[in-house]
Amino acid sequence: MTSARDGASPDFKRDLLAQLPALRAFAVSLCGRSDQADDLLQNTILKAWSNQESFAPGTNMKAWLFRILRNDFYSELRLRRRELPDSDGEHSARLTVHPGQHAALDLKDFRRALEALPNDHREAIVLVGASGFSYEEAAAICGCAVGTLKSRVNRARASLRELLSLAEDDDFGPDMAFPAAGTAAKPV
Amino acid sequence: MNGSKKPADRSPSPQPTSGSFQKAQETITQKLREYYDSVEDEGIPDRFLDLLEKLDEAEKKAGKAAEEAGRK
Repeated sequence: MTSARDGASPDFKRDLLAQLPALRAFAVSLCGRSDQADDLLQNTILKAWSNQESFAPGTNMKAWLFRILRNDFYSELRLRRRELPDSDGEHSARLTVHPGQHAALDLKDFRRALEALPNDHREAIVLVGASGFSYEEAAAICGCAVGTLKSRVNRARASLRELLSLAEDDDFGPDMAFPAAGTAAKPV
Repeated sequence: MNGSKKPADRSPSPQPTSGSFQKAQETITQKLREYYDSVEDEGIPDRFLDLLEKLDEAEKKAGKAAEEAGRK
């Protein structure tokens, strides 16, 4: 006889609920503010719910949930890649942050730069820099070595510095890494 | 605390360690948090709370049904 189980453990539900805002922020960081992010969150809730027996109480539920969400993101991505034309070029083209603009760097610019990063770099810097995971936890979530994760974070930082022209020099990007054809003063 | 000087997570790469480099790092860290927090602060759309309620109810019902079936 298995132990009686009347519904989810109230703890599980409560803990899941408590993690939803962070989980959603991670979803949005991964795929932008979109229906896709909401679908991702919904799938994660459903999967977490139906797999709650596989969660060991007392362990890090946040990390467990993030791992589910991340895995779902990549399986969806694989499906979508088959359906959609490659849009890699689009991202960098959309990026039109001006050198010297970072004094007033707004969140929109930052978000665009973040979106322009490769997925594995973006998730690494988000997990460590915003979601509050240690390098070790983040590496476990991403299923990679700690060293790999650290290097992804460093590369993400370097790309962001470059994309946002946050380089050594305060006035100009170091070498105009983004000549930005047609940068002609975007109306602000 | 000053006994052993720990180089706090300094990357070994030949990065410029000037003040402006540090400032750039800080800006990135700060903007990233700001961005993330702004999403977090939006809260959770009702549909997800409803979903969780439904899941919970469905499971409770299923549990009760199973219990009753077990008694018979």
